[in-house]
Amino acid sequence: MGMIGLVILVFFIATALLAPIFVSSDGLDATKATGEPLQPPSLEFPFGTDDLGRSVLTLTIWGSRVSLLVGFMATLLSILIGAVIGIAAGYFGGWRENLLMRVTDWFLVIPFLPLAIVLASLLGRSLFNIILVIGVTSWPGTARLVRAQTLSVKTRPYVERARALGAGTWHAITRHILPNVFPLIFANTILVVAVAILSETTLSFLGLGDPLRVSWGSILEFAFSAGAGGAGAWWWLVPPGVAIVLVVLAFTMCGYALDEVLNPRLRRR
Amino acid sequence: MSVLSVRDLNVSYTTQAGDVPAVRGVNLDVARGEVLGLAGESGCGKSTVAHAVLRLLPVGARAEGEVLLDGEDVLAMKPGRLRAVRWTEAAIVFQGAMHALNPVRRVGDQVAEAMTIHRQASEREAFRRAQQLVEQVGLPARRARDYPHELSGGQRQRIMIAMALACNPNLIIADEPTTALDVMVQAQVLSLLSGLQQEFGLAMIFITHDLSVLVEACDRIAVMYAGRIVEEGPSDLLFGSPAHPYTKALAAAFPQIGDERFRRAPSGLPGDPPDPAAVPRGCPFHPRCPEAIAACAREDPSLLKLTVDGRRRAACIRVDRLGAPEMVP
Repeated sequence: MGMIGLVILVFFIATALLAPIFVSSDGLDATKATGEPLQPPSLEFPFGTDDLGRSVLTLTIWGSRVSLLVGFMATLLSILIGAVIGIAAGYFGGWRENLLMRVTDWFLVIPFLPLAIVLASLLGRSLFNIILVIGVTSWPGTARLVRAQTLSVKTRPYVERARALGAGTWHAITRHILPNVFPLIFANTILVVAVAILSETTLSFLGLGDPLRVSWGSILEFAFSAGAGGAGAWWWLVPPGVAIVLVVLAFTMCGYALDEVLNPRLRRR
Repeated sequence: MSVLSVRDLNVSYTTQAGDVPAVRGVNLDVARGEVLGLAGESGCGKSTVAHAVLRLLPVGARAEGEVLLDGEDVLAMKPGRLRAVRWTEAAIVFQGAMHALNPVRRVGDQVAEAMTIHRQASEREAFRRAQQLVEQVGLPARRARDYPHELSGGQRQRIMIAMALACNPNLIIADEPTTALDVMVQAQVLSLLSGLQQEFGLAMIFITHDLSVLVEACDRIAVMYAGRIVEEGPSDLLFGSPAHPYTKALAAAFPQIGDERFRRAPSGLPGDPPDPAAVPRGCPFHPRCPEAIAACAREDPSLLKLTVDGRRRAACIRVDRLGAPEMVP
């Protein structure tokens, strides 16, 4: 299962990276559109065209770049915040743990979408802001997970031994806690990427994404507001939709496969 | 001057049921080049004493008294000084090398760790020195590149010993270094420790419940019971002619292979060691003592000198009547 996911992922990531070689970005420019509006799939336009005569294939390929970029960057940010807060809370304990965990709980219980919408509209519509919004709203799960693992690792004798060696807090965390918590963080990262890509799609679909860039979510938004469904232009909706489903599914499959490898208790189930 | 002298050490753990004393007024001295054995049942406080030396007690523990390492009181040190002293003055060979090694890091890096923490060497130099140490404890230097799971229990314990030597400490505390090892490997690890101790003239505290190990490895032994030292003396005399009834029971509980008497009548000590939260009044040992008299339940004896030089001492009011050797008139 993990292999299937990996193959899908490699395909999409390669497409995103190599997009400029395959198709020129001219295809995104409405003034340079070559096709007729709303053409069904043909040899010239395998996925048909949109209402401006742009190839939906070109849009989908270029859209993958933004969707994946936002997915990865937001995840990086989210994991960074979650790991720092989780390790700090777990290692220091006491009132610091309480404070950090209450903040985490607060972020965990407020509904994601309203918060993200408010933040996105406050900060303005840009690629960086959407990464920031997804990053700062999706870390609490990671923080809780990392804290739990830190609590278990910090009681192991080798951490006590490190203290006996004269090691300070920084040394103990970077040399002993982090290497032992890292596999968990890694497995978690892959699952968070899937969520981040979905979030990006959601926000773009709601018109909160960067208006100057094409992503899978914004293709869907354009299609929706142009009435693609009513006009019977299914080819405009299906490619980005299927791409999103495939990528999220692939990340999830990889995530679970990794979890199984890293967590012996899940094996042979 | 002694490398380590412990003066009137009291350690208590804070629990929900109140403070539980684990160590009650312990005095110890270890001179340069001397090996002191600390014996006693589980829970008698011997490991707590060892951890108090480097102030490694858990958060809920309170230590009072003095622990002088080269004349400096560990219990009164500021955190920075304490960290600097740890491992450079005194190092510990932990029990259970399996868990005291980080599974995801090379053992050589872990031996080198202490040197880099104390900035005695760059990482590269430290690793090279770690390889020398690994050779010194009888493993090929290339083993420094292995991970803990690639080594056997005895090899891991050797790594722990190499680690203890890393910063040239004056004192090594071996906290049950041979438990969980089979007898043959135990002997190897013991002779390695003794050899290194003699080679470097180290002071050493050897903690174990295994008396045969103690007699072999130590110059002097202190027997602990319920957080106290109940008898102290040169190791050959102590178990050859024990004075305190508890020491007698410990010595008698040790079977000698091939000796018919032990097979017919294995001897042990009835009862359990006292709950540290409720140590019996009077002599803490009297409920289990075969030689107890009425006074034992009232009087709590302190260590009495059995020899003029005070090298043999025991905490028992009946000790003179029980015929201890080399008595002071």
